[in-house]
Amino acid sequence: MATGVQNNQGEILIKNVTKIYDPEGVHVVAMKDCSFDIAAGEFAVIVGPSGCGKTTLLNAIAGFDTITSGEIYLDGELISSRDKQIRPDVERMVVFQNGALFPWKTVMENVIYGPVVQKRMKKREAVDVARRMLHQVGLNGIEDKYPEELSSGVQRRVEILRALINKPKVVMLDEPFRGLDAVAKTVMHEFLMDIFCESPRTMFFITHDLDEAIFLGNKVVIMTTRPAQVKKIVHVNLAWPREHHMLASETYLDLKREVLEAVHEEAKKAFEAGEREMA
Amino acid sequence: MISRLKATVTDPHLLRALTGIFVFVGLWYLFTAVLNLPRFKLIPNPIAVLKDWFSFTPASGRSIFTKVYYLDIAYSVGRTLAAFTLATVLGVTLGLFMGWNRTFYDFAFPVVEILRPMPPLSWIPLAILILPGVEIAVVYVTFIAAFFATVLNTLLGVFSIDKNYFLAARCLGSKPKDVFVNVIVPGSLPFIFTGLQIGMGISWMSLVAGEIIAGKQGLGYAIYEGYFLYQFEHVISYMFTLGILGYMSSAGIRAVGRRLMAWEARRRGA
Amino acid sequence: MEMIRELRLKREFKKVFNIRLLRGFLSIVIFVVLWQIVVFIKVPYLENLPYPKDVAVGATEAAGSRTYWFGWGISLSRIFAGFIIAQLIGIPLGLAMGISKAFKDYTFPVFEMLRPVPPIAWIPLAILFWPTRELSIYFLVFIGAFFIIVINVIQGVSNISVSLKWAASSLGARPKDIFWKVLVPGSLPSIITGMTVGMGVTWNVLIAAEMIAGQGGLGRMTWEAYTNNNIPFIVVGMVSIGVAGYLCSTMVRWLGEKAMPWKKRF
Repeated sequence: MATGVQNNQGEILIKNVTKIYDPEGVHVVAMKDCSFDIAAGEFAVIVGPSGCGKTTLLNAIAGFDTITSGEIYLDGELISSRDKQIRPDVERMVVFQNGALFPWKTVMENVIYGPVVQKRMKKREAVDVARRMLHQVGLNGIEDKYPEELSSGVQRRVEILRALINKPKVVMLDEPFRGLDAVAKTVMHEFLMDIFCESPRTMFFITHDLDEAIFLGNKVVIMTTRPAQVKKIVHVNLAWPREHHMLASETYLDLKREVLEAVHEEAKKAFEAGEREMA
Repeated sequence: MISRLKATVTDPHLLRALTGIFVFVGLWYLFTAVLNLPRFKLIPNPIAVLKDWFSFTPASGRSIFTKVYYLDIAYSVGRTLAAFTLATVLGVTLGLFMGWNRTFYDFAFPVVEILRPMPPLSWIPLAILILPGVEIAVVYVTFIAAFFATVLNTLLGVFSIDKNYFLAARCLGSKPKDVFVNVIVPGSLPFIFTGLQIGMGISWMSLVAGEIIAGKQGLGYAIYEGYFLYQFEHVISYMFTLGILGYMSSAGIRAVGRRLMAWEARRRGA
Repeated sequence: MEMIRELRLKREFKKVFNIRLLRGFLSIVIFVVLWQIVVFIKVPYLENLPYPKDVAVGATEAAGSRTYWFGWGISLSRIFAGFIIAQLIGIPLGLAMGISKAFKDYTFPVFEMLRPVPPIAWIPLAILFWPTRELSIYFLVFIGAFFIIVINVIQGVSNISVSLKWAASSLGARPKDIFWKVLVPGSLPSIITGMTVGMGVTWNVLIAAEMIAGQGGLGRMTWEAYTNNNIPFIVVGMVSIGVAGYLCSTMVRWLGEKAMPWKKRF
């Protein structure tokens, strides 16, 4: 199932995590007793009804927000608990839902930003590395363009490269391909597949798209409606690298049925809960 | 080449623009010089204004061929430039720090909000009394005008920056100083330039009032002097001179803004 | 039950006495104390400022005098006269320029020729042209708001998306309906912005006009305090002008919220 982990890093343990927003006021329980692990180098895809608390979990791992109780470990080190929140850093890189390439920096300036600002590389060195990375994925000739001159598909790829150049232990992607059309999405999946097979590292990928989830993931973590808990974990036993013809295979269809059933149940619950709130 | 020239000359926009201006000037001439309408008696006609403005020996002593014309311009431009530069440096700095640091914002913003609603020109009497010399008082009033517009817009600029840019910058290993340089400053630039644009307009206006009330030289002072000396031609030619200078200064700010914000210009496909 | 109430009380308390509000209050106290100290230890130039206490005394005196409130009335009436006329002429003109390309081609260049002239530079001409001082002040206030509102209305109309107009026509709207149901409400946010900015400029113009040419009004009173060397009252005048300007801007914003219920904040 695993893809031959090269670097023995990036194992995430999530233990009984609970998150309550505004405990003295509105008291929204976003997550309750949520536990699961992601092995080092595993591609984990998180799916669940909208607003169920997937992003809450991502924020906690990234160090953007606190949790109310429970613990999160990265490679055995406690990174988040009731009393501890370690700052965001380059080991846990986030690719944002709406994209967060700096619009005032060119593609090259964006990609080399991390290594240069951390003083890990000289600017010249970083430019060389970045140029090689861009070249490898066929994105040459855009180094001096500004992000808003590019299509959103290209923007996303550049943003992922900007994260990867820092060699993080974990890459977290929050619905990165939302809003792309089907064709662009296919390109993105192949791109992500290529870079993942090239150097596997732990992935934490949030999505709504079940095909995407099964196509990309080692395992699909299905969350319940709020308060979020793990409803089911589906292991994807498809060979690597994934190819699009697999989407028609028997195994795939079985997996999809399994995931779909679980998700549908939760979606229905969420929908009914929503109606109750309205009433 | 010739066809392009022809296209320019026969361009309907240009023709209409010229017609519009011609009608305006024509009506002005008609009301003043030809019909001598009651309220227009004292207003000089456009030809008289132009004659005076471009005369070697102007009756008012002020035309484009006299030294004093350029001296007046130099005084006004110098004052505006000094005040505006100061306002930009202090205003942008204050605005950025207020946007950067929550505690500083909490302390500084209420004071800014108390002082801001006072129109710049209401400072004139106090400025004359307190500051050493009328010159500094005029510059101060001009400064205040641009200062608050700059502070407020800079602050809005910082607040307008998408939160994700801050998070991304931190993920990528930025220290607070790096966030300031790489996110806060460039992210608020579009708003800063709006503020500078507005500030420049109010600055010119306040300068003229300051010069009229307290000045000894400069375009505003000369306009008022012209009024007292019954030299109404140069009152009007100086109004247009002020208009041209005001227009040029906004155009200058826009040009600098385009240079500094290449990403904005390119997005608009310029 | 008791606990819930206690919790709620605690929350209310936190809302009112939160740290940020406290800092704001503290900052104003520090400002006044610094002012006091600066005058007391005679910091060069600033030593000529009146003590905060003197200003407070001046303010109470002013509040009891009829001429002071008369000044408010005069200034406010000048603002309203000039400002409202500017809107009445400026908004239709801006709409016309925004809608008809040809009309804009003819009029906009003249408009752009006059717009950069600082409103206050119109003072001599205004005095020459208008039969009374009062009318010339109205005119200056008008100039202060006029160009801004026109520019904003033109922008507002051009910002309305074409699809909105198409949607309206496909629903069977006649040109008249499109004007009233799409163009006017669509440009309303820009109109309100123009009014807010214009109100600020207008007060600046009014104060200068009153100081230079006016009889009565808050600007004139402040100027007279200067000529009488009554420094505390200069500050009272400035603060009064600030408050008056602030009230007017708040009113415009309130009007904007009333006129645009679909926009909660802007």
